[in-house]
Amino acid sequence: MKTYDAIVVGGGHNGLVCAAYLAKAGRSVLVLERRHVLGGAAVSEEIFPGFTFSVCSYVVSLLRPWIIRELELPRFGLEMIPLEASFLPLPDGDSLCRWSDPELTRKEVSRFSPKDAEALGEFALAMSKVGRFAKPVIDSPAPDPGSLHPAKLVELLRLGRHFSQAPGDELELRLKLFSMSAVDFLDEWFESPVLKAPMSVSGIIGTMLGVRSPGTAYVLLHHYMGEIDGAFRSWGFSKGGTGGVSNAIANAARHFGAEIRTQGTVKQILIEGGAARGIVLENGDELRARTVVSGCDPRRTFLGLVGKQHLPDEFAADIARYKYRGSSGKVNLALDRMPEFTCRPGNGPHLRGDIAIAPSIDYLERAYDDAKYGDFSARPYLNVVIPSTVDPSVAPPGKHVMSCFVQYAPYHIKEGPEHWPARREAFGEAVIDTLQEYVPDIRGIILHKQVLTPWDLEQEFGLSEGNIFHGELTLEQLAFLRPAAGWARYRTPVANLWLAGSGAHPGGGIMGAPGALCAREMLASGAGR
Amino acid sequence: MPAPTPFHPRSFEVCTSLSYKEWAGCYAVRRYDVYVDREYYAVRHQATAMDATPLYKYDVRGKDAAALLARVMVRGFAKFAVGRVGYVCWCDEHGKVLDDGTVTRFADDHFRVTSADPAFAWLARQARGLDVALADCSRTLAALAVQGPRSREVLRGLLGSAIDGLKFFRAMVTKLPGRTGAELVVTRTGYTGDLGYELWVANEHAVALWDALFEAGAPHGLLPMGLDALDVARVEAGFLLGGCDYTSARRALIPRQKSTPYELGFDWMVELEREPFLGQAALARAAAAGPERRFVGLEIDWEDFERIYERYGLPPHLETGTSREGVPLYRGGRQIGYATSRSWSPLLKKYMALGTVDADLAAPDNELEIDVTCEYERHRARARVRKLPFFDPQRKKA
Repeated sequence: MKTYDAIVVGGGHNGLVCAAYLAKAGRSVLVLERRHVLGGAAVSEEIFPGFTFSVCSYVVSLLRPWIIRELELPRFGLEMIPLEASFLPLPDGDSLCRWSDPELTRKEVSRFSPKDAEALGEFALAMSKVGRFAKPVIDSPAPDPGSLHPAKLVELLRLGRHFSQAPGDELELRLKLFSMSAVDFLDEWFESPVLKAPMSVSGIIGTMLGVRSPGTAYVLLHHYMGEIDGAFRSWGFSKGGTGGVSNAIANAARHFGAEIRTQGTVKQILIEGGAARGIVLENGDELRARTVVSGCDPRRTFLGLVGKQHLPDEFAADIARYKYRGSSGKVNLALDRMPEFTCRPGNGPHLRGDIAIAPSIDYLERAYDDAKYGDFSARPYLNVVIPSTVDPSVAPPGKHVMSCFVQYAPYHIKEGPEHWPARREAFGEAVIDTLQEYVPDIRGIILHKQVLTPWDLEQEFGLSEGNIFHGELTLEQLAFLRPAAGWARYRTPVANLWLAGSGAHPGGGIMGAPGALCAREMLASGAGR
Repeated sequence: MPAPTPFHPRSFEVCTSLSYKEWAGCYAVRRYDVYVDREYYAVRHQATAMDATPLYKYDVRGKDAAALLARVMVRGFAKFAVGRVGYVCWCDEHGKVLDDGTVTRFADDHFRVTSADPAFAWLARQARGLDVALADCSRTLAALAVQGPRSREVLRGLLGSAIDGLKFFRAMVTKLPGRTGAELVVTRTGYTGDLGYELWVANEHAVALWDALFEAGAPHGLLPMGLDALDVARVEAGFLLGGCDYTSARRALIPRQKSTPYELGFDWMVELEREPFLGQAALARAAAAGPERRFVGLEIDWEDFERIYERYGLPPHLETGTSREGVPLYRGGRQIGYATSRSWSPLLKKYMALGTVDADLAAPDNELEIDVTCEYERHRARARVRKLPFFDPQRKKA
């Protein structure tokens, strides 16, 4: 029987990236995906005839340009389309649109606050400077502060110097970003709540925190890291939905020689003598490999596929403590025509980006209040996109797909997560009721509706507790602490077992970095040979 | 002062940027919106309509129409089938390229020539003694380029399924739907390297065409497109631009500014073995000798480019659109050519250039160096010769 150099468990985008890099280096690789379709949470499916939904993740954030280059993804079908605008409809009939054109944005913001309009430029510049610091962090493995290996120490020192040698104002900004709440941080720059509310939400996406919770500010950086890439920017829609990214990566992996199987459910990772030797499929078949790479999240990997008995107690305890607390759901709509927003009627460029239902900070905080006490938000924060406005391949002519990211939808509802299916309908209705306040005719144009609760995200997509990032992206779970102190460099306490998913540094989003960096570490260490 | 094209009443309404340039004496939209990306992405994913009216257009009619073109063009047009369109260049008697454009054959005795520069007087001069009537329809015939993967659906909405039968580089003559029933010529041609068509109609029906087209195009995301987005698309398609990537022999001040078709990569269109034509003898000599330099595609090494900026603590920066500022190319410390058009391809995620290099260095994958200016200081980044076009989707000819 064939022994692979590596078996990758999970055909999500990170597993596929890892497989592509390993195959490119000449390793024999098999990817096993449980579902009938590749991509994990970066997946496109024709849920309703003629309508292709980006079922879970809906925009491509920070897909690393070097991965696009090294795997030649455009050649294998990757086509990205940038988001043009951020549109904020308001309940009083007003609205704010932030555009890619800074002058236009300034004009819009100055209707609410001339001061803020000017501060925007300064803010963008300051954040871009700090973003430059963060960029090398997400493009290399997390330094290990506990390591005494000279090379690792040099790496850490370099990063430390990089951090502390910044000019005073930049250092101050960094410290504030890492400690403050998104709202407090934005308060230092801006006065208009209409501007601050939609800006603050990037700090809470995928976490069980509110915009006023400390430690939510730093995620604001992500936006400005995207901007650094400028013309090469990596924020956008992928043609054909986010599954387009996964398919391009899969095509690249196959081109380099990787074997990819869907509907290949892995029951367990085979451990012999404390080391991973392959996997066991659901049907009992054993497949052998010199290394096993898991693209699944840490809980599923270690407590599910490996089993506690094979883990050091301390590590098992860390993994059990690692926080998921999924807080979001997804509602995907097939629409008969373009939705008409009362505050800005007609089809226009404002609908070609993302649309935020985040009318005020209090609204967002109230949405969080519902979640804190075990309920979904009666009026949730929505991040809506209509990719068919720029990608006609996802809907029939004149029709549209609308994707609504919904927060808060806490996994731990007070009835218990297993009661989510009974509440799914009510949850979907809350979302549509919310939309209806801005798009009065929304109910009349819905042809089909797909509602995903955090329970569904767990059951169908294998995201523990429905966390879209394989564990919260809060500071105590980042860098050398992700997923557990001492195990941030893709290795695990089980020999020959590697972690390549978003539960590894630098975390979630369609970045591809965990998968690529995992492969790089594996190849550097000679794993699988 | 430039003149408005017949589409101006409509295009002006939607050109919110007021960003125009002069093109052949006409107002031409550079970008409809300050943000140019929308138009670029629309041509690669949806469909766009671009006002191409400023092109020069000439009708050649008469018994000897084919004979005139055979005499003038580097391609033989005597046996060119009715309904075909050909891309071609033409040369002076020294075999140096004057211009490039298209030739469409509507009937045995009727052709239409498009060109970037005026060519009426020149064509008339070559027509002496032939039975042909030349008509300059440059300013009476409006042109609209409908390009992009959805362009066929858009035109199906306008013209019905007749469009499905129109093959690559073929022409059809039909009628503009509606009361007027005006003659509408559709050619499956374009300057974007994508699936696309060009629509030709008399000036007085231009607005009606625009309105009908945009109505048919609405469900397919049809957007108007200006020259800036076109300039990126044409670099991806590897199309050279007269006046930018080469100089017309008519405008050249010194011999080195002139080019033979072989230097421009037009080898495939030169048909030497046939009736006499302008520049034939010189071209035969040039073909035998082989070109000294060649027009090529280049891909600039992104890591190198990024590294240059990193030295200044800067993120890499490129202006959007195509830069037409010429920059030197080197190999082993010696200048061996120049790049004439440079663009970041948002689709291919590559920094591309078109340029001219010494013929012995023109093979694909050859490594050269390109001049990069950062903070007013000069550097060099590696660049590799690439086969053109950079972007060549199947749908273009499908």
